[in-house]
Amino acid sequence: MTKAITVSGLHKSFGRTHALDGLDLEIEAGEVHGFLGPNGAGKSTTIRVLLGLLRADSGAAQVLGRDPWADAVAVHRRIAYVPGDVTLWRNLSGGEVIDLYGRLRGGLDPRRRSELIERFELDPTHKGRTYSKGNRQKVALVAAFASDVDLLILDEPTSGLDPLMEEVFQRCVEEERDRGRTILLSSHILSEVEELCDRVSIIRKGRTVETGSLAELRHLTRTSVSAELAGPPNGLARLPGVHDLDVQGRRVRLQVDTDKLNDVLRSLSETGVRSLTSTPPTLEELFLRHYQNETAETAQTDETDEVAR
Amino acid sequence: MTAAALAPEARDARTGGSRQLAGTGILLRFALRRDRVMIPVWVAVNALMVLSMPKSLTSLYGTAAARADLLRQLDTNASLRALIGPVFDDSLGALTAWRIGSYAGALAAVTSLLVVVRHTRDEEESGRQELVSSGMVGRRAPLTAGLLAALVADAALALLVVAGLAGQGVLGALAFGLGIACVGMVFATAAAIVVQLTESARLARGLTAAVLGAAFVLRAAGDSASNHGSSVLTWLSPLGWLENLRAFAGERWWVLLLFAAAVAAQAAVAYALAGRRDTGMSFLPTRPGPARGRLGSAAALAWRLQRGSVLGWSTGFFLAGVVYGGMTDGAADLVRDNKQARDLFARMGGQSGITDAFLASMVGIMGLVAALYVVSSVLRLYGEETSGRAEPVLAGAVGRLRWAAGHLTIAFGGAALLMLLTGLGFAVGYRKEVGPILGACLVQVPAVWVVGGLAVLLYGLLPRGATAAWGVAGAVLLIGWVGPALDVPQTVLDLSPFGHLPKLPGGPMEWGPVLVLLVLAVALAGAGLTALRRRDLTT
Repeated sequence: MTKAITVSGLHKSFGRTHALDGLDLEIEAGEVHGFLGPNGAGKSTTIRVLLGLLRADSGAAQVLGRDPWADAVAVHRRIAYVPGDVTLWRNLSGGEVIDLYGRLRGGLDPRRRSELIERFELDPTHKGRTYSKGNRQKVALVAAFASDVDLLILDEPTSGLDPLMEEVFQRCVEEERDRGRTILLSSHILSEVEELCDRVSIIRKGRTVETGSLAELRHLTRTSVSAELAGPPNGLARLPGVHDLDVQGRRVRLQVDTDKLNDVLRSLSETGVRSLTSTPPTLEELFLRHYQNETAETAQTDETDEVAR
Repeated sequence: MTAAALAPEARDARTGGSRQLAGTGILLRFALRRDRVMIPVWVAVNALMVLSMPKSLTSLYGTAAARADLLRQLDTNASLRALIGPVFDDSLGALTAWRIGSYAGALAAVTSLLVVVRHTRDEEESGRQELVSSGMVGRRAPLTAGLLAALVADAALALLVVAGLAGQGVLGALAFGLGIACVGMVFATAAAIVVQLTESARLARGLTAAVLGAAFVLRAAGDSASNHGSSVLTWLSPLGWLENLRAFAGERWWVLLLFAAAVAAQAAVAYALAGRRDTGMSFLPTRPGPARGRLGSAAALAWRLQRGSVLGWSTGFFLAGVVYGGMTDGAADLVRDNKQARDLFARMGGQSGITDAFLASMVGIMGLVAALYVVSSVLRLYGEETSGRAEPVLAGAVGRLRWAAGHLTIAFGGAALLMLLTGLGFAVGYRKEVGPILGACLVQVPAVWVVGGLAVLLYGLLPRGATAAWGVAGAVLLIGWVGPALDVPQTVLDLSPFGHLPKLPGGPMEWGPVLVLLVLAVALAGAGLTALRRRDLTT
C-alpha cells in the first residue's frame, strides 16, 4: 500500500505558542483515517500545513507524494477540503459556489452533484448569507463529494448537521472509501469515527500520542471486568495491570490493562466464576484517558508553577 | 416568594417599552472602544482641514479689497458657485465657511455613515450581532448605540471647529460647527434607514454615499443656477442648508430647525423599521440565485465580487469628469483675476495658462481619489483572507499568485479605467483639448499604481497591518489636497508619488518620473506578492 499522507517531525509555532511539536502522521492510500484530539491540540494547524496554507517551521510533510507547500496547486487538483466553519459569499448562490469549488479542483461529476444535492436536501438557489450553519456545511460537502479527487480532507465536517444528514454524510464517506479514495476525517463525534474509520491518530499538544486501528488501540487500554465468584477472590490485587479493584464479598469489579487480561481471567477461574461480564473500552474511554491525562498534567504543571513562584 | 425575587419582574413591568433600548450604554461604550482609532483620526483630519483655512485664505485674499473683489466676481461666476458655493460676506470667517463648508460637511457625513453602518448592518451581516442580541440587549439598542457613536464623533468635531474658529467670531463659529455636525447626523440617520433596507453592509455604505453624492450635486446645481443666495434645488440638499445657515454672515439660526426636523424624521423611520424587522434580515430581501454556476476560476470569482463596485466608481468618475469639465471655463475666468489664486492653481496644476492649470489640478484631484479606489480594491484580498473565504479557494488547484492576480488585475486595471473615464467625462463636459486632457488623466495612473503597490506590499508583508494602506492613501490625499495651499515644505510634498508627475495639460511631458513611478509600482507589488507567497495564511 502506498501512503497518501506522510508527516514526520512537524513543528509549527505562532509567536510563543507551539502549535505543532514534532507531529507524525501516516495515512495509507484508500483508508478512512480518524484524526482526534482535544481542542487546541493542533488538528486544524496540521490540516492547514497539509493544504499548504501554512508553512511548517521544520519537519517533512508529503501529500499524495508531493510537498504540499512547494507543489500546492498540483496537490490541490487531487484534494477536496471541507472546513469546520464554511463561510460563503453573500451574493453568490450555493449552486454557484459548489460549481466554483468543483472547477477549482479536478472537476465535478454533474450526475453525482445533483444526486448529492437531493440527498442532502440542499436548495442550491439560496444566496450565501441566507444559509444556516448546517446548510453552509452541506454546500462544502456536496462540492467535496462530487469532486473528482483522490483525497478528501474533512475538518469537523458535520458540525451543524442534523442526525439524518449525519447519516447521509456517513453513507457518502463509505461510498468514497469503496471507490478507493482516501479520507482524513477530523472529528469530535466519536461514534462517527468509530463507525467510519479504519485507523485513527490521536494527537495532543501538537504531538501524536496514539495511532493505529481501533482494535490495536483497544489493546493498549483497559477492559472492565465484573464477576460474581464462587468464593472470595484471591490475590487479584497483586496481579500486574489491575486497577480500581472493588471487592464486595464475592462480587468483583475491576479494570485491567487489556494485554494483562489473561492473568486476571486465570485467577478468577481458579476461584470459580458464577457470572462474568467483560466490556472492551469504547473509543470514548480511550479518548477520555488521553484528554484526562492532559488535564491532570496541566493541573500538575500549574501546581508546579505555583510552587515555583 | 420574597420581595427580592419579585423585583426584576416589577422593574420590567414598570419600564415597559423602554426595554427596546436595554443595553444601549454598554453597546455604546463598546462601539467607542472599537472606534478608538477610527473616529479620532477622521475627526482630526476634518478639523485640521477646516482650521487650516483662515491661514491659507489670508495668503490668497489678504486685503479687504481682494476679498470684496472675490465677492463681486462670485456673483457672476456660476461655475465657482457650483464648485464651492456662494459667499455671503467678505470676513475671513465667512470665506472659511464658504470655502470649506460643503467639504467639511461631506467628510463629517462620510464619517457618520461609516460609523453607523459599522455598528449595525456590519454586525448583523457578520453574524456577530446574534450573540450580542441574545444578551440583555433591546431590539433598538444596536441602532441607538451606532447613532450615538456617530453623535459623539460629530459633537467632537463641532467642539474642535467652534474652539478653533472662535477667533473669527464666536456666534459664527458656533453656527458653523453645529451646522457641520448636523450634516453628519443627517447622514447618520440616513444610513440608519438604509441599513434596514439591505442585508449587505457594503451596499448600505454605497447607497448612503450615493445619497451624499446626490446632495452635493443638488447643492452645486442650485448654487450655479442662482446668483443671489440659493435656489430651490439648494434647499433640497442638507449641504445647501449648511451654507444657508450663513455662518459668520448674519447667522440664520432657524435653519438648524430644518436639520433637527430631518434628523428626527429619519431617525423615526429607522426606529420604526428596526422595531419591525428580523435580526439579520432586511426589507429588500435577497433574491434566489442560479442553481448552477458558471464561475470557473479565481479570476472570474474576483471579477464577480468586484464588478459592482467597479461599476459604481466608474459612474462616479465619469460624472465628475463631465461636471468639472462643464465648469472649467467659468472657474478659469475667476482665477485669472486673482494673483494668489493663480499661484495656488499653478502650484497644484502647473505654470502655463490658467485654464490648463485648473484642468490639471482637477485631474490631479481625481487621481488622488483613484488612489482610494485602488486601496479598497487591493484590500479585497485581505477581506477574503481574514473572512476565511479564501481558504477553500486556495485549497483548490489555485496558486496564491493566480488568486491574487485576479483581484489585482481589477485593482490596477480598474484604476486605469477610472482615469480613462475621467478623461472621457472631461471630453463630454469641456469638449476642447480632448487629447491632452485624456493624456493628463492617464499620466496619473502610475502614481495611483504606486499607492496600490504599497497596499499590496503591506498586505503581503503584514496581513494584520494591511489596513494601514488606508493611512497611506489618506496621507497622499492630504498632501495633494491641502499641501499646496498650506505652503508645506517641498520635502513633504515629494513624499507623495503624485508630487512627481508632470503638470499636464499645459506643462511639458516628462517621461523620466513617470517611468520611475511605473517601475516602483511594479517593484512594490512584486515584493508584496513574493511576501504573500512565502507567508502563512491568516485564519
